[in-house]
Amino acid sequence: MAQTFEEISAADFFYRNRDIAGFTNPSRAIFVAIRELVENSLDAAESHRIPPEVYVRLSYEGEASQTGKGFNPAEGENEHTLEKEESDLQKPDEREVTQETQVYKLRVEDNGTGVPPRHIPSAFGQILFGSKYKLKQQRGTFGLGGKMAILYGQITTHQPATIISSTGISKTYMYKLMIDIQRNRPLIMDRKVLINKTMWRGTVVEFTLEGDYFRAMPKILDYFKQTAMVNPYANLTFVDPKGRLYKFIRVTKEMPVPPKETKPHPYGVDVELLQRLIQITPYKNMRDFLRNHFHRVGDITAQKFLGFSNLSPSKNPKRLDHEEIVRLMHMLKKFKDFLPPDASCLSPLGEDLLRTGILKEIKPEFVAVHQRKPATYAGHPFVIETGIAYGGEIPARGNFIVYRFANRIPLLYDEANDVSLRVIQAMNWRRYHVTPEMPVAIVVHICSTKVPYKTVGKEFIADRPELRREIANGLREVARQIQLFLSRREHVDRERKRLGVFSKYLPRIAQFSTQLAGKKKVPDIEKLLVSVRKYGSEEA
Amino acid sequence: MDRKKHKSSVSERKKEVLESLGDLGGKIYDQLDKGTFPAIDMPSRSTDNIMYDEKLRQFILGDRRVKRSARNVSHVKPFTQLVWAALFSNELSSQRKTSTLRDVYYSAQAYEMTFKDQQESNNIITDLETILGFSREDFNIFPEERSAVFGDLTIEYTVPGYEGKTLNLTSHPDGVLIGPALTSSEFVKTSADKVIAIEKGGLFTRFIEENVHRKYNSILVLTAGQAPRATRHFIRRLNEELNLPVYIFTDGDPWGMHIAMVIISGSANAAHLRELNTPDAKWSGVWATDIVNYKLPTDPLDDMDMKRLYELQKDPRYKDPLWRREIKTFMKIKRKAEQEAFSRYGLTYIVDEYLPQKLEETK
Repeated sequence: MAQTFEEISAADFFYRNRDIAGFTNPSRAIFVAIRELVENSLDAAESHRIPPEVYVRLSYEGEASQTGKGFNPAEGENEHTLEKEESDLQKPDEREVTQETQVYKLRVEDNGTGVPPRHIPSAFGQILFGSKYKLKQQRGTFGLGGKMAILYGQITTHQPATIISSTGISKTYMYKLMIDIQRNRPLIMDRKVLINKTMWRGTVVEFTLEGDYFRAMPKILDYFKQTAMVNPYANLTFVDPKGRLYKFIRVTKEMPVPPKETKPHPYGVDVELLQRLIQITPYKNMRDFLRNHFHRVGDITAQKFLGFSNLSPSKNPKRLDHEEIVRLMHMLKKFKDFLPPDASCLSPLGEDLLRTGILKEIKPEFVAVHQRKPATYAGHPFVIETGIAYGGEIPARGNFIVYRFANRIPLLYDEANDVSLRVIQAMNWRRYHVTPEMPVAIVVHICSTKVPYKTVGKEFIADRPELRREIANGLREVARQIQLFLSRREHVDRERKRLGVFSKYLPRIAQFSTQLAGKKKVPDIEKLLVSVRKYGSEEA
Repeated sequence: MDRKKHKSSVSERKKEVLESLGDLGGKIYDQLDKGTFPAIDMPSRSTDNIMYDEKLRQFILGDRRVKRSARNVSHVKPFTQLVWAALFSNELSSQRKTSTLRDVYYSAQAYEMTFKDQQESNNIITDLETILGFSREDFNIFPEERSAVFGDLTIEYTVPGYEGKTLNLTSHPDGVLIGPALTSSEFVKTSADKVIAIEKGGLFTRFIEENVHRKYNSILVLTAGQAPRATRHFIRRLNEELNLPVYIFTDGDPWGMHIAMVIISGSANAAHLRELNTPDAKWSGVWATDIVNYKLPTDPLDDMDMKRLYELQKDPRYKDPLWRREIKTFMKIKRKAEQEAFSRYGLTYIVDEYLPQKLEETK
């Protein structure tokens, strides 16, 4: 039998393999859909330093129509399935439509920059089209998540998505879109131009999807709470299908410095990237090519590198043959004198905002935060931020509560596999007088142009030695601070107890001895009590 | 005062106790009044400060002293408990009421002076004993009573409601409980010329039935196992005030031997106290050598018994040749016998044969 080969579109590919984008089962799907759209909204506002206002409403639309539709890929497609990293994605029971699966309408509104009208169809109806293929820290990286959510809605409910957006001009544009899955093209079902009297700016996305909200609810609420923790400058509103309102109100309008776009660092390039750069470059010699397309490469570094790799500075990069390109990539990685990438393309939260966020959402008695200096792995810069919080409203669960974030996204699944958790487990907390029985929460935030996620679903982070080291150092710093706090508190406690003992017993000694000695007047012990207090403060 | 007509040991001692309790209160009061933290010092009761005094023939405390100061945060609570205990004892003694260690533990709660447990309150009472040099019975705090006395001794009560009343200790055939009322009584007269202390209740009853008190002119004391302090003090008074020699009969095993020894030489636990021992009392049996000589039915010594023998061998109280010989004999024969073992020769054998022989032998 002759084997048939066919090409499939990107939309088709993700349609068949939606698991790898996180749409594993009805409860996970609804969580991921909300998450992807909220992240897009936050990015849209933050990129122009607008304190985000995000409104999310999930409303009940009706029973799920056809059992299993949308979850079971058509037969015979298995030859196209990718090797999946997470084995549980393939568990059949998770793919089944549960009884609680319902149709919901999801509406997400933001006050972001808005999408220019001509880009709206592609931005929401074409997979892997977007504004995010640049080297700077952003929540999304693939231009995939939001569209996957819409695609998922379409395949489970056959309804078009409604997009309303304005960039703050006098008109608002409304599109009803569907995705042509086989061709990966947007299908415009309807288009309206509305008058924007209030000069509103922002984007509204509304579509229907099947999901299991009640199973997903705890994770969704966790998600909002933790998002509020690392975005203390954002207003988040969520109305759930029962009409319950969850509001997370900003406590500051301070926002982190936005990241700058950056060129690729020589240590991080691969052959594919080199070929693309060569294709688009206007420069006619290697020196200019290196100087202008790579991060932290100036005239001197370029010359040194060309000497090191035996390349003529005047060679036209377009003349490099395939072997030379491969060799160039190897030499780029071998050359020791490139400066490490700078962190201007990163936008960590900063110690103040992280502290503010932790205090706002988990209301601890004590919090310590720390930001590490930028570091790199494989040519990608990253910054680790750590925090530790104690007491207050943090419950003592017999184990540390760990909050993991990457580029200001809370990571809620697969905690056990995450590098942060491994570092936390490997640390000797006793050294810092911290035990798992204490009400302690630990926060780890990783910022990078390329967060080493293990899956497209953005759930947990790979165990890289560079990351591991930085996380460990960051945690040690905050651990030292909590140790100081705990020992001070212990001291104050001890002092209070000590004084308590004296003020409880000295009056009784006075009273009993007066009776025993047969005297009338009880001796004045006020002076003694004062002297213990003085003694106490000297000790402190 | 009417009671003062015979200057007795009992009322003298009561007065001394009350005085010393008041002195303790005054000392603490004065320190507080001067604006200083009150402190009390007392002999240390730790094992390395307990030594055997050859002259007194009992354990005593050495020279090392410990200081309890209200200045020290870890002392202030026990210090308060101590002052409270002194006040409580003072009230008991002056109101002529009696109490038990268990009472002390609960009474404290009425003063919001909670003790962690019985042990803690017992320790505080022992501290008070150490400071004042009186035993807790002197403060009217008594243990649960179980020992008894029988014989021709007339006593006069001093307890409230019975003052001046007398009692002859033959008046009840089960014997008279050695309790607070009896221990605080004055001795009036006796025809006895010796005291026989007996470990076990069964034998005590047999001796009464067989008229041992009359046949051998003796006062019988039941120790009911290890003699309580009040009983030990009572035996000493019989010996000292009435000049009666004391003979002790116990089971023929290391434990019985030690019951006799504690009556004679006191215990390490009571090293801070005096006048609980009767140095001239005699252990009359059942000896290890009696087991051999009288061919008594026996049980083998078990591991605990053997271990006890090794301990006793090292004990300074056991240095006299008689004791050493008996320990050695026990170790050699590895057998023990109860007092009841004499019944194999008939119920009255022990009274008619064994007792007179031993009284003569240990005279």
